[in-house]
Amino acid sequence: MRQPGLVHVLTPKWRTALTRARQERASGGRGKAITLAVVAVIFWAAVFGVLFRVLRYFKGTEEIGALLAGKLLGLLLLSFASILVLSNVVTALSSYFLAKDLDLLVSSPVDGLRLYLAKLLETVINSSWMVALMAVPVFAAYGIVYKGGWLFALYAPAIFLPSLLLPAVIGVAITTVLVSVFPARRTRDLLSIIALGAAAGVIILFRIIRPEQLARPEGFRNLLDFVTVLRTPTSPFLPSEWVSQAVMTYLTGRLDWLSVFLVWSSAAAFVVLGAWLHGRLFPTAFTRAQEGAERFVRGSVWDWSLGWLLRPLGAARREFILKDLRLFFRDTTQWSQLILLAALLFVYLFNIRALPLFRGETVPFFLVSTISFLNLGLAGFVLASIAARFIFPAVSLEGRQMWLLRSSPLDLRTLLWSKYWVGTIPLLVLALLITVLTNVLLKATPFMMAVGVGTIILLTLAIAALALGFGALYPQFETENAAQIPTSFGGLVFMMATIALLAVVIVIESVPVYRYLRAAFEQRPLEVTPLMVGAFALAALVCLAATVIPLRIALRKMEEFEF
Amino acid sequence: MIQLFDLTKKYGTFTAVDRVTLTVPKGSLYGFLGPNGAGKTTTLRMIAGILRPSAGRVLIGGDDVATHPLAAKMRLGFIPDRPFVYDKLTGAEFLRFVAGLYGQEGQVVERRIDELLDVFELATWKNELIESYSHGMRQKLIISSALIHRPEVIVVDEPMVGLDPRAARLLKDLFRGFVGRGGTVLMSTHTLEIAEAICDRLAIIQGGRIVAAGAMPDLRRQHDAGDLGLEDLFLRLTGGTAAMELKQVLEG
Repeated sequence: MRQPGLVHVLTPKWRTALTRARQERASGGRGKAITLAVVAVIFWAAVFGVLFRVLRYFKGTEEIGALLAGKLLGLLLLSFASILVLSNVVTALSSYFLAKDLDLLVSSPVDGLRLYLAKLLETVINSSWMVALMAVPVFAAYGIVYKGGWLFALYAPAIFLPSLLLPAVIGVAITTVLVSVFPARRTRDLLSIIALGAAAGVIILFRIIRPEQLARPEGFRNLLDFVTVLRTPTSPFLPSEWVSQAVMTYLTGRLDWLSVFLVWSSAAAFVVLGAWLHGRLFPTAFTRAQEGAERFVRGSVWDWSLGWLLRPLGAARREFILKDLRLFFRDTTQWSQLILLAALLFVYLFNIRALPLFRGETVPFFLVSTISFLNLGLAGFVLASIAARFIFPAVSLEGRQMWLLRSSPLDLRTLLWSKYWVGTIPLLVLALLITVLTNVLLKATPFMMAVGVGTIILLTLAIAALALGFGALYPQFETENAAQIPTSFGGLVFMMATIALLAVVIVIESVPVYRYLRAAFEQRPLEVTPLMVGAFALAALVCLAATVIPLRIALRKMEEFEF
Repeated sequence: MIQLFDLTKKYGTFTAVDRVTLTVPKGSLYGFLGPNGAGKTTTLRMIAGILRPSAGRVLIGGDDVATHPLAAKMRLGFIPDRPFVYDKLTGAEFLRFVAGLYGQEGQVVERRIDELLDVFELATWKNELIESYSHGMRQKLIISSALIHRPEVIVVDEPMVGLDPRAARLLKDLFRGFVGRGGTVLMSTHTLEIAEAICDRLAIIQGGRIVAAGAMPDLRRQHDAGDLGLEDLFLRLTGGTAAMELKQVLEG
């Protein structure tokens, strides 16, 4: 029998993508496309701009400039590779073992190699598109600064492609081995914990070693040591090092053919090895993937503790809240994100602690107060990212069960109310923790503490409402994985709206805060003027409006949902 | 009692349900039949308050689903065709949750949960996550959830799909018993033998419009069908020539 081509095996995937794009365009998706394009261009421009300046500076440095640029590229590619391996492991799990089209593909007479290659292509595209986009401004900066010419625009993708293939083959192999040992659903749980735990560990480790100290000139003993370190590759066996070699030698006019050969031959060899491993393990692994849904569960803790506490709310609200909490803590992909959150919180407070403010001399009051005030914006941004993770998907996650909620006499207001407070209360606790601890660490004045606490409470209420509102405006009912929902277009719009709100509130409050600081600087008592009171009142009004309006819009939108 | 007045649903220029007027009397089991894409599920979902009609009204026990949705829904138990439920809840937790949506709680609910899980032979699965249930078990759980609050009216879309013969028989007996005690059932199905055997009245929908409605003898009389069975009558009313063509295709 003639085997179908790879493109044919993937027909449902690319056709779905095309149709979705067409539908998007038909339903007035132009605004969406423009917003995405603008954000992407700003991001690209920022990456390009920073790298361009750095590389220009390197190029100006005699002798070691090219070495530094090569080292930097090696590091960038190495971080890309580590991100890609992690992301491929997770993506391979769904594309090879959990995807809906597998029953059809496995039951049809498509040979194992075709299936492997088709799914490898799908995995590479799904897991690597973001990294590939990130690489564009990176290579563009290298090409322009080192005058690679137009041929470099063809050479760079050709040499970069194997760096996408290699992590994909490794990721798929790891997943296949894991699934042939554990059932797929257990593996997914295991992987999400390992991946997030590893990410959290790396973030904490990176912060604790305090890389900013490396920038201090007194850290180096002499220049020769430094150059020696630069000349040694991070590891001669790392493909990222070969790619970096191949790029830098091309740009400096002495192309190292061995690196090019190593990159491509190892990618090809890995694909062959991966296909062999797939042939050996996939049948067993795929069978195991069909098993293993969790059966037994402990649930009485919720009923006895929180169930009792929520009794005054009435049956409908109480059961709804309990249901949300149970689903959250039983879904490993959801609760495991708390690990990352804890790590970020640690890093946040560590950064404040590490600020070089208290070095024996008089405490720089003005600086401390300014940082304490601007910290509101940073804390708000952190809260917005958390709300995007946990509150934004709340409406989308009800999608498949909406038949039950809409056909029951549960008032949509109650539903929204429960979703809002289930998300807001933990966020509020976290917000207060960040703000109070930061201000205590900074030794801020009671006035700054009061401004910080008051503002962060109002901001949290607004951020949670915005997350729920935009979540209802841009629902993702088809997504099975909750972790993917915040990365949608709606998630982006929510983040942009929140940043705008933070900016407005900070600008308004800067008026009274400036007056306070000025009075303190000139060592005269603070005079409370109507302008100060008015500014605080206006900030509060903005926050309240940003709370009430999105909730009202969400309610109206939810009333219009049709299934 | 369920009453539909000029119920219409349009998707853009396409009319899925076209001015459907129908009364399902209290204490009757009403079969809702039609070929694929005729508008059955759309109609049932409008009755359940999940879809909003483009025009027309739905009354459940006299309460308008659009103007008094909560009162109407309190009387209703809806069973959809696709059993999407919360995978990470146990069967008992799911039923307790649904009871809560109808404002019910306490020992009454706990007893009712045990009763329903016993009837549907799910008692041993009570404290296990729904993700480990088979398709048929999920369907039974959803049927239990529709009965948990003792509704007056049950609207059910394709109830027999995925059920084993025992459960299918149980469901038929259950619906008859429910109707016998004064309840009302509106059931869409493709299994014409079941519809003919258990339904008091039938409505056939085609292209979004009701083409026939009434008890079986009335339908035969209205369409000069002599003593034709439901299957033949259904095919005659819904353009069953395709079935004959299919026979020719299969015979080569």
